[in-house]
Amino acid sequence: MMRLSDEIIGHLREVATWPELPPERYVVRRPIGRGGMGAVFAAHDEVLDREVAVKISNTAESGGDLDRRLRQEARVLAQLEHPGIVPVHDAGVLADGRWFYVMKLVHGETLIEHLPRLAGEAAVLSVFERIAEAVAFAHAAGIIHRDLKPSNVMVGTFGEVLVLDWGVAKVLGATRRPAPDRSGSATPRDRDDNATASGTRIGTPGFMAPEQHRGDASVAGPAADVYSLGALLFWMLIGSSPPAALDEAAHALGTAPGRPARRLRAIVVKCLAPHPDARYAHAGELVEDLARYRAGNPVAAHRESPIERAAAWFGRYRTFILLVAAYLVMRALFAFLQR
Amino acid sequence: MNKPVLGLLLGAVLGAFDGLTALISAPETQDQILGIVIGSTAKGIVVGVLVGWYASRVNSLAKGMLVGLVVAAFFAFLVALAPNPDGSHYWVEIMLPGSIVGLIVGYATQKFGRTPARA
Repeated sequence: MMRLSDEIIGHLREVATWPELPPERYVVRRPIGRGGMGAVFAAHDEVLDREVAVKISNTAESGGDLDRRLRQEARVLAQLEHPGIVPVHDAGVLADGRWFYVMKLVHGETLIEHLPRLAGEAAVLSVFERIAEAVAFAHAAGIIHRDLKPSNVMVGTFGEVLVLDWGVAKVLGATRRPAPDRSGSATPRDRDDNATASGTRIGTPGFMAPEQHRGDASVAGPAADVYSLGALLFWMLIGSSPPAALDEAAHALGTAPGRPARRLRAIVVKCLAPHPDARYAHAGELVEDLARYRAGNPVAAHRESPIERAAAWFGRYRTFILLVAAYLVMRALFAFLQR
Repeated sequence: MNKPVLGLLLGAVLGAFDGLTALISAPETQDQILGIVIGSTAKGIVVGVLVGWYASRVNSLAKGMLVGLVVAAFFAFLVALAPNPDGSHYWVEIMLPGSIVGLIVGYATQKFGRTPARA
């Protein structure tokens, strides 16, 4: 009788847990990751001959909460065609009743792994802007992410920045219209894609907005994502998530090594305001203010004094002013020597 | 504003101003000031258009400034070739400020000008 090594038995056990995808279409290659909601596998698309990622819910209970969230995530992603958001290629139901969806397989690393490679403020802002742009696109489409954090951002091999994990995303103003099931008929379970009971805490501590922390996830709007983006930018600049108290966060930004400029600090602080009304209304406003900052223009988050405005203007046109000044000095010198 | 047009306008304004400064740096040229201003403006326009055209082809601040300096210095040299009534030349008085004007135009066209759309 042949004995199998523990290694082989372990491998067989693992393979036995792999999903049974339609074999004529997808062949599972290896597990990539597993979260609370589902597992992700690398697979090969036999028809289109390409590598894909397949996300499958962790539950076998068709129509259960995890299954519903996975379906919601697939639908949200399908609505968001943006370079900063992973495209969905396909979706369906396994023989055991679990939902799955197929998406682009991203080669790269999470923002946590990528951050040490970002040298300087300009590199940090370049990546952050692309995250914020993807979220701004979602906000414009009436979708909020609700769980923005470093591990949910992927930086691809060619520098592409992708916002992942839209499983707890909320569709703003969604009507509770029945969605078709596999047979095309509506099922009662499909009716609330946003279902987040009041008191449910959605998000990640350190990156979730105060209203999410209080369990008011159902009332959290785009400003909650703005808070998370502010926390993300704080983390990218300082290396840790922001303290809960706003003045402590402002102090940490102001005293950090390589202290960010006052206007950039003001942008972060505005994002982290405890009350949603004091933040940018949506990520689009944040993107615009960041663009103003990057261009050396005044930002909405910080009211500048006349001296600061003059200094900023001088900074913006410094070389031009110095060249003109050099010319005038030279002319004055010639006039003086002439006398 | 596209780069050649910006170069033209800036060259014209700075050229005219540069010509007018002759009233201070060389008061003895007062009776010729109109010709000096017209000549200096024309020189500024030619330099500005050339530098602006270069800026629309090559997107490099350093190269744009270098070309501005060289082109302006060359045209200033041509102007300075004309001798004074006493036979002397205003080499430094014309060429040095003229070259700086070229630097300014080179910088401004690269930094603030817009590359014209190509068909």
